[in-house]
Amino acid sequence: MVIEISQITKRFETFEALRNLSLQVRPGELVALLGPSGSGKTTLLRIIAGLEFADEGRILFDGADAGNRNVGERRVGFVFQHYALFRHMTVMENVAFGLRVVPRTKRMADADIEKRVNQLLHLVQLDRLAGRYPSQLSGGQRQRVALARALAIEPRVLLLDEPFGALDAKVRKELRRWLRRLHDEMGLTSIFVTHDQEEALELADRVVVMNHGAIEQIGTPEDVYNAPATPFVYEFLGNVNRLDCTIVDGKFTLWGMDVAAETRNGAPIPSGETPGHAYVRPHDIEFVDRSKALAEPAIVRHVAAAGPTARIELAVEGVSHLLEAEVPRARYLELGLKVGQAVMIAARSARVFPR
Amino acid sequence: MSFKAGIITESLPVRIGLILLALFFILGFLVLPLVAVFTEAFRKGFDAYVAAITDPDALSSIKLTFIAAGIAVPFNLIFGVAASWAIAKFDFRGKSLLITFIDLPFSVSPVIAGLIYVLLFGAQGLMGPYLQSIDVQIVFAVPGIVLATIFVTFPFIARELIPLMQEQGTEEEEAAVSLGADGWSTFWRVTLPNIKWGLLYGVLLCNARAMGEFGAVSVVSGHIRGLTNTMPLHVEILYNEYNIAASFAVASLLAFLAVVTLVAKGALEWRYGHELATSRK
Repeated sequence: MVIEISQITKRFETFEALRNLSLQVRPGELVALLGPSGSGKTTLLRIIAGLEFADEGRILFDGADAGNRNVGERRVGFVFQHYALFRHMTVMENVAFGLRVVPRTKRMADADIEKRVNQLLHLVQLDRLAGRYPSQLSGGQRQRVALARALAIEPRVLLLDEPFGALDAKVRKELRRWLRRLHDEMGLTSIFVTHDQEEALELADRVVVMNHGAIEQIGTPEDVYNAPATPFVYEFLGNVNRLDCTIVDGKFTLWGMDVAAETRNGAPIPSGETPGHAYVRPHDIEFVDRSKALAEPAIVRHVAAAGPTARIELAVEGVSHLLEAEVPRARYLELGLKVGQAVMIAARSARVFPR
Repeated sequence: MSFKAGIITESLPVRIGLILLALFFILGFLVLPLVAVFTEAFRKGFDAYVAAITDPDALSSIKLTFIAAGIAVPFNLIFGVAASWAIAKFDFRGKSLLITFIDLPFSVSPVIAGLIYVLLFGAQGLMGPYLQSIDVQIVFAVPGIVLATIFVTFPFIARELIPLMQEQGTEEEEAAVSLGADGWSTFWRVTLPNIKWGLLYGVLLCNARAMGEFGAVSVVSGHIRGLTNTMPLHVEILYNEYNIAASFAVASLLAFLAVVTLVAKGALEWRYGHELATSRK
């Protein structure tokens, strides 16, 4: 299903949760709404679901206006952050709920409901727990019950609010892969909210990075990670070193390398001197020979070498905080870095934005 | 808690002293009066006891008590569920005012509560002449007693349900609605089952108070024997007439009701404590 959101604004009292936001979700896509708390991502999801209503703007499902239809009429599967399972019902009855509340004339026969629920429980691998109550399940199991319950009404779109937020790391990873498989097999259009960048980057086809009720960038995980459109996206996604700098005539020279400054909407940068920030990812800092001209001297201050990459903290003259560099383990061993050692560094790539 | 015991526990004599003190108060102020009620009730023998509670006036007071509670409890049940549902699940203007009003009967002396109805519906009251013209008697009649009982027991169920429903939040209702349930089936299938034990608990307390209420009912009753006397009022009348044994006999029924209520309340707290709001406070 195509979901078209155009110029949506939502206020709570005086607080603007969403500001003139537009987004299009393509059929069969798995989209992540990623942002810090308070960025409006959950509000956006709830508006798509019909649990909240926008003050301004339109929302279209397959071209038809859905703005006036409530959540029950939109046929969306919503998975709540804390699952919201019916605590007094068994797993079986939870999943059957959406089928049982259908008006009598359109309702399936009890035997068919039972059959359908069993299929769903099989799908989420909970066949044997049909008779349990939610309080007797683990977090991951509850999550899957919530999912089966949402899928029971054969939704046109699946909406998940922080689907893995309340789970421990190992379960989270398993469920993530499982959800991706499920999404692909069922051919659903799905949107999920998360504040966990790793989750968004690994799971989604496209990531919508949100901040202060607006979209900062929409793109594939690769796009948003490798080519962040704004300083916010740079800092929110992955580790990054930020350096204060002065942009002169539209560019800044970082460690001997000229970097052209960019603006968000391609707005012109004033000539002369403008304060800015330079961004360098830790893995884009390389250690070079002293002989190389375009290089900056630095002192190794700390090394964390456990794991496949080594993290090295560097002191650079004129920079008030320590910079972070990451090198593969093999390279780290080859360099033989020690705390206190003087090295030369260079940037493979960097971006500069006006402040 | 146990790992702190060594630090916070008082010395042995102090502990024994405190326990004895507590026991003394329980015995002196709770157990002894209860025992006294029953011994006084049976002082003149079992036959006299039976005679006292099967006396037509006593039977009529028992009947009236059941009528008053039988109307007040269902009324407050409906009101309590509706009010706490609105307060816990929705945001609206004047919400805190509504909460204050619900608490009003707790803060007003029952005598005042009774007087309000006398001033409103009595012969000299605001609506007195009109009520007389259509030949409806509220004060010094059963309707007044029912009204006073409803007023006094107004907060019990709502007060029990509001914190419970607030804690449960609205997610389950939202889930039900997102699955296609309408408001009515959401309420019957999700909201009500989640509060049933808390509701029963509130009904129990409400009923105990409705049957035991004295002050407000006393003002509006007019003390007409066999007509407008509830059990507590009947106890007082018998007592004032120095009919001690009969008075205690009727009182023992109220005491028995209290004990049943306590046992039921204890059983609910023991079995469903995690689903009750008050036991967590």
